[in-house]
Amino acid sequence: MTAIVNVSLKAGVLDSQGKAVHHALDSLQFSGVEDVRVGKQIVLQLAETDKEKAMAEVTKMCEEILANTVIEDYKIELV
Amino acid sequence: MKVTILQFPGTNCEYDTQHAFESLGAKTEIVWHKSESLPSDTDLLVVAGGFSYGDYLRSGAIAKFSPVMKAVTEYADKGGKVLGICNGFQVLTEAGLLPGALKRNDGLHFISKHHMLKVQNNDNIFLEKLNNGDVVNIPIAHHDGNYFINEAGLADLEANNQILLRYTDANGDILNPNGSVSSIAGVCNKSKNVFGLMPHPERAMESILGSDDGVKMLEGFLAS
Repeated sequence: MTAIVNVSLKAGVLDSQGKAVHHALDSLQFSGVEDVRVGKQIVLQLAETDKEKAMAEVTKMCEEILANTVIEDYKIELV
Repeated sequence: MKVTILQFPGTNCEYDTQHAFESLGAKTEIVWHKSESLPSDTDLLVVAGGFSYGDYLRSGAIAKFSPVMKAVTEYADKGGKVLGICNGFQVLTEAGLLPGALKRNDGLHFISKHHMLKVQNNDNIFLEKLNNGDVVNIPIAHHDGNYFINEAGLADLEANNQILLRYTDANGDILNPNGSVSSIAGVCNKSKNVFGLMPHPERAMESILGSDDGVKMLEGFLAS
Protein backbone atom coordinates (compact mmCIF):
# COMPACT_ATOMS: atom_id res chain seq x y z
CA MET A 1 0.00 0.00 0.00
CA THR A 2 1.14 3.55 -0.68
CA ALA A 3 0.64 6.36 1.80
CA ILE A 4 0.86 9.92 0.58
CA VAL A 5 1.51 12.40 3.38
CA ASN A 6 1.08 16.11 2.74
CA VAL A 7 2.67 18.38 5.32
CA SER A 8 2.01 22.11 5.34
CA LEU A 9 2.22 25.02 7.74
CA LYS A 10 -0.87 25.46 9.90
CA ALA A 11 -3.39 28.12 9.00
CA GLY A 12 -2.33 31.19 10.95
CA VAL A 13 1.38 30.39 10.66
CA LEU A 14 2.85 32.75 8.06
CA ASP A 15 4.04 30.79 5.01
CA SER A 16 6.84 32.96 3.61
CA GLN A 17 7.57 30.56 0.75
CA GLY A 18 3.90 30.57 -0.25
CA LYS A 19 3.95 34.37 -0.14
CA ALA A 20 7.04 34.52 -2.35
CA VAL A 21 5.47 32.15 -4.88
CA HIS A 22 2.25 34.19 -4.81
CA HIS A 23 4.26 37.33 -5.50
CA ALA A 24 6.05 35.62 -8.42
CA LEU A 25 2.70 34.49 -9.87
CA ASP A 26 1.43 38.07 -9.63
CA SER A 27 4.55 39.28 -11.48
CA LEU A 28 3.79 36.75 -14.22
CA GLN A 29 0.26 38.27 -14.47
CA PHE A 30 -1.55 35.24 -13.04
CA SER A 31 -3.91 37.63 -11.33
CA GLY A 32 -6.64 35.26 -10.13
CA VAL A 33 -4.60 33.62 -7.36
CA GLU A 34 -6.00 34.43 -3.91
CA ASP A 35 -3.58 32.49 -1.73
CA VAL A 36 -0.60 30.14 -2.08
CA ARG A 37 0.61 27.61 0.49
CA VAL A 38 3.80 25.63 -0.07
CA GLY A 39 4.12 22.26 1.65
CA LYS A 40 5.88 18.98 1.13
CA GLN A 41 4.75 15.56 0.06
CA ILE A 42 6.19 12.37 1.52
CA VAL A 43 5.33 9.12 -0.25
CA LEU A 44 5.68 5.90 1.75
CA GLN A 45 5.54 2.37 0.35
CA LEU A 46 4.08 0.20 3.10
CA ALA A 47 4.10 -3.57 3.56
CA GLU A 48 0.83 -3.29 5.54
CA THR A 49 -2.30 -4.23 3.57
CA ASP A 50 -4.91 -3.33 6.18
CA LYS A 51 -6.04 0.27 5.65
CA GLU A 52 -6.97 0.94 9.26
CA LYS A 53 -3.65 -0.36 10.60
CA ALA A 54 -1.73 1.53 7.94
CA MET A 55 -3.55 4.75 8.81
CA ALA A 56 -2.80 4.30 12.50
CA GLU A 57 0.87 3.60 11.79
CA VAL A 58 1.33 6.56 9.43
CA THR A 59 -0.49 8.87 11.86
CA LYS A 60 2.04 7.85 14.51
CA MET A 61 4.88 8.58 12.07
CA CYS A 62 3.44 12.03 11.39
CA GLU A 63 3.09 12.86 15.07
CA GLU A 64 6.60 11.63 15.90
CA ILE A 65 8.71 12.85 13.01
CA LEU A 66 7.13 13.61 9.63
CA ALA A 67 5.43 16.78 10.85
CA ASN A 68 6.25 19.25 13.60
CA THR A 69 2.77 19.77 15.00
CA VAL A 70 3.80 23.03 16.67
CA ILE A 71 3.76 24.65 13.23
CA GLU A 72 2.57 22.04 10.74
CA ASP A 73 -0.59 20.10 9.81
CA TYR A 74 -0.55 16.82 7.93
CA LYS A 75 -2.99 14.93 5.69
CA ILE A 76 -2.67 11.24 4.94
CA GLU A 77 -4.03 9.58 1.82
CA LEU A 78 -3.82 5.80 1.32
CA VAL A 79 -3.85 4.44 -2.23
CA MET B 1 34.13 22.78 34.95
CA LYS B 2 33.53 20.26 32.21
CA VAL B 3 31.68 21.16 29.02
CA THR B 4 30.42 18.31 26.85
CA ILE B 5 29.72 19.23 23.22
CA LEU B 6 27.51 17.10 20.99
CA GLN B 7 28.52 16.24 17.44
CA PHE B 8 26.01 14.97 14.87
CA PRO B 9 26.77 14.26 11.22
CA GLY B 10 26.67 17.80 9.80
CA THR B 11 27.52 19.66 13.01
CA ASN B 12 30.14 22.32 12.18
CA CYS B 13 30.48 24.58 15.23
CA GLU B 14 31.78 22.01 17.71
CA TYR B 15 35.43 23.12 17.45
CA ASP B 16 34.60 26.85 17.71
CA THR B 17 32.50 26.02 20.77
CA GLN B 18 35.31 23.94 22.24
CA HIS B 19 37.82 26.75 21.61
CA ALA B 20 35.50 29.32 23.18
CA PHE B 21 34.95 27.37 26.39
CA GLU B 22 38.62 26.35 26.67
CA SER B 23 39.65 29.99 26.33
CA LEU B 24 37.55 30.59 29.45
CA GLY B 25 39.35 27.81 31.31
CA ALA B 26 36.83 24.98 30.99
CA LYS B 27 37.67 21.37 30.18
CA THR B 28 35.80 20.10 27.13
CA GLU B 29 34.90 16.85 25.43
CA ILE B 30 33.25 16.34 22.06
CA VAL B 31 30.78 13.45 22.10
CA TRP B 32 29.63 11.69 18.90
CA HIS B 33 25.86 11.32 18.56
CA LYS B 34 26.01 7.50 18.62
CA SER B 35 27.07 7.55 22.25
CA GLU B 36 24.28 6.34 24.52
CA SER B 37 25.58 8.17 27.57
CA LEU B 38 27.18 11.47 28.51
CA PRO B 39 30.48 11.83 30.41
CA SER B 40 29.54 11.54 34.09
CA ASP B 41 31.46 14.70 35.02
CA THR B 42 29.49 16.89 32.56
CA ASP B 43 28.65 20.29 34.10
CA LEU B 44 27.23 21.78 30.91
CA LEU B 45 26.03 20.10 27.75
CA VAL B 46 26.20 22.11 24.53
CA VAL B 47 24.33 21.17 21.36
CA ALA B 48 26.52 22.99 18.84
CA GLY B 49 25.53 24.66 15.59
CA GLY B 50 25.69 23.34 12.05
CA PHE B 51 23.40 21.35 9.79
CA SER B 52 22.73 18.05 11.54
CA TYR B 53 21.62 15.45 8.97
CA GLY B 54 21.79 18.14 6.29
CA ASP B 55 18.66 19.78 7.75
CA TYR B 56 16.70 17.05 5.92
CA LEU B 57 12.95 16.97 6.61
CA ARG B 58 13.25 19.95 9.02
CA SER B 59 16.23 21.46 10.84
CA GLY B 60 16.92 19.27 13.87
CA ALA B 61 14.12 16.82 13.10
CA ILE B 62 16.28 13.76 12.53
CA ALA B 63 18.95 14.59 15.13
CA LYS B 64 16.33 14.32 17.87
CA PHE B 65 16.25 10.53 17.32
CA SER B 66 20.03 10.05 17.58
CA PRO B 67 21.05 7.58 20.30
CA VAL B 68 22.59 10.31 22.47
CA MET B 69 19.35 12.30 22.68
CA LYS B 70 17.81 9.96 25.24
CA ALA B 71 20.73 10.66 27.56
CA VAL B 72 20.36 14.39 26.84
CA THR B 73 16.67 14.34 27.82
CA GLU B 74 17.45 12.41 31.02
CA TYR B 75 20.27 14.84 31.81
CA ALA B 76 17.98 17.86 31.30
CA ASP B 77 15.13 16.27 33.28
CA LYS B 78 17.48 15.83 36.24
CA GLY B 79 18.27 19.55 36.13
CA GLY B 80 21.50 19.32 34.09
CA LYS B 81 22.42 22.49 32.23
CA VAL B 82 21.92 22.38 28.46
CA LEU B 83 22.72 25.08 25.88
CA GLY B 84 21.62 24.81 22.25
CA ILE B 85 23.20 27.21 19.78
CA CYS B 86 21.66 27.72 16.32
CA ASN B 87 21.08 24.18 15.00
CA GLY B 88 21.37 23.09 18.64
CA PHE B 89 18.38 25.35 19.43
CA GLN B 90 16.47 23.76 16.55
CA VAL B 91 17.31 20.27 17.86
CA LEU B 92 16.15 21.17 21.39
CA THR B 93 12.79 22.53 20.16
CA GLU B 94 12.27 19.46 17.95
CA ALA B 95 13.09 17.25 20.94
CA GLY B 96 10.50 19.10 23.04
CA LEU B 97 13.10 20.32 25.55
CA LEU B 98 12.32 23.93 24.60
CA PRO B 99 8.97 25.43 23.57
CA GLY B 100 8.19 26.66 20.03
CA ALA B 101 9.72 25.87 16.65
CA LEU B 102 12.07 27.45 14.13
CA LYS B 103 10.76 28.16 10.62
CA ARG B 104 12.34 29.39 7.40
CA ASN B 105 13.39 33.09 7.66
CA ASP B 106 10.62 35.39 6.43
CA GLY B 107 12.89 36.87 3.75
CA LEU B 108 13.78 33.30 2.65
CA HIS B 109 17.49 34.19 2.63
CA PHE B 110 20.26 32.64 4.67
CA ILE B 111 21.36 35.50 6.97
CA SER B 112 24.98 35.71 8.12
CA LYS B 113 25.99 38.92 9.91
CA HIS B 114 26.57 40.54 13.28
CA HIS B 115 23.31 41.52 14.98
CA MET B 116 22.44 43.40 18.14
CA LEU B 117 20.48 41.57 20.83
CA LYS B 118 18.83 42.98 23.93
CA VAL B 119 18.94 41.07 27.19
CA GLN B 120 15.35 40.50 28.34
CA ASN B 121 15.68 38.37 31.46
CA ASN B 122 18.95 37.82 33.31
CA ASP B 123 17.51 35.83 36.23
CA ASN B 124 19.22 32.69 34.91
CA ILE B 125 22.77 31.31 34.79
CA PHE B 126 23.19 32.01 31.08
CA LEU B 127 22.73 35.78 31.28
CA GLU B 128 23.47 36.55 34.93
CA LYS B 129 26.69 38.37 34.01
CA LEU B 130 24.64 40.82 31.95
CA ASN B 131 21.96 43.32 32.95
CA ASN B 132 18.41 43.46 31.63
CA GLY B 133 18.37 45.99 28.81
CA ASP B 134 22.03 45.45 27.88
CA VAL B 135 22.58 45.35 24.12
CA VAL B 136 25.16 42.84 22.87
CA ASN B 137 26.67 42.29 19.44
CA ILE B 138 26.58 38.62 18.44
CA PRO B 139 26.77 37.03 14.96
CA ILE B 140 23.80 35.22 13.46
CA ALA B 141 24.09 32.64 10.66
CA HIS B 142 20.89 30.80 9.83
CA HIS B 143 18.26 29.96 7.25
CA ASP B 144 15.65 28.63 9.66
CA GLY B 145 15.82 31.09 12.53
CA ASN B 146 12.27 32.39 12.43
CA TYR B 147 11.02 31.53 15.93
CA PHE B 148 7.36 30.57 16.14
CA ILE B 149 5.17 30.01 19.17
CA ASN B 150 1.40 30.43 19.44
CA GLU B 151 -0.21 33.24 21.45
CA ALA B 152 -0.82 31.14 24.54
CA GLY B 153 2.77 29.88 24.43
CA LEU B 154 4.10 33.41 24.07
CA ALA B 155 2.08 34.55 27.08
CA ASP B 156 3.59 31.66 29.09
CA LEU B 157 7.11 32.63 28.04
CA GLU B 158 6.46 36.23 29.08
CA ALA B 159 4.89 35.25 32.40
CA ASN B 160 7.78 32.96 33.37
CA ASN B 161 10.60 35.26 32.18
CA GLN B 162 11.63 32.64 29.62
CA ILE B 163 12.48 35.08 26.84
CA LEU B 164 16.25 35.52 27.02
CA LEU B 165 17.09 37.79 24.09
CA ARG B 166 15.36 39.81 21.38
CA TYR B 167 16.79 41.06 18.08
CA THR B 168 17.22 44.84 18.20
CA ASP B 169 19.29 47.70 16.79
CA ALA B 170 22.19 49.28 18.70
CA ASN B 171 19.74 51.42 20.69
CA GLY B 172 17.83 48.40 21.87
CA ASP B 173 14.82 49.09 19.66
CA ILE B 174 13.25 46.05 18.02
CA LEU B 175 14.87 45.17 14.68
CA ASN B 176 13.67 41.79 13.46
CA PRO B 177 15.93 40.12 10.87
CA ASN B 178 13.99 36.90 10.27
CA GLY B 179 10.32 37.29 11.23
CA SER B 180 10.58 35.69 14.67
CA VAL B 181 7.47 36.05 16.83
CA SER B 182 8.04 39.02 19.17
CA SER B 183 11.58 39.32 17.69
CA ILE B 184 12.70 36.44 19.94
CA ALA B 185 16.33 35.29 19.51
CA GLY B 186 16.57 32.92 22.46
CA VAL B 187 14.44 31.23 25.13
CA CYS B 188 14.85 28.90 28.08
CA ASN B 189 12.61 26.24 29.60
CA LYS B 190 10.43 26.85 32.64
CA SER B 191 12.96 25.44 35.11
CA LYS B 192 15.73 27.57 33.55
CA ASN B 193 18.26 24.83 32.97
CA VAL B 194 17.77 24.43 29.20
CA PHE B 195 18.73 27.39 26.99
CA GLY B 196 18.49 27.91 23.24
CA LEU B 197 19.39 30.76 20.94
CA MET B 198 19.94 31.25 17.21
CA PRO B 199 22.89 33.70 17.51
CA HIS B 200 26.43 32.38 18.05
CA PRO B 201 28.05 33.63 21.29
CA GLU B 202 30.99 31.26 20.65
CA ARG B 203 31.85 33.38 17.59
CA ALA B 204 32.00 36.59 19.64
CA MET B 205 34.91 35.86 21.96
CA GLU B 206 37.58 38.32 20.77
CA SER B 207 37.16 41.99 19.89
CA ILE B 208 39.66 41.62 17.04
CA LEU B 209 37.09 39.33 15.39
CA GLY B 210 34.29 41.90 15.70
CA SER B 211 32.96 41.40 19.22
CA ASP B 212 33.78 39.80 22.55
CA ASP B 213 30.26 40.10 23.93
CA GLY B 214 29.91 36.31 23.88
CA VAL B 215 32.41 36.01 26.74
CA LYS B 216 29.94 37.40 29.31
CA MET B 217 27.28 34.95 28.16
CA LEU B 218 29.37 31.79 28.25
CA GLU B 219 31.08 32.88 31.50
CA GLY B 220 27.72 32.66 33.27
CA PHE B 221 27.87 28.88 32.99
CA LEU B 222 31.41 28.70 34.35
CA ALA B 223 30.65 30.77 37.42
CA SER B 224 27.78 28.57 38.56
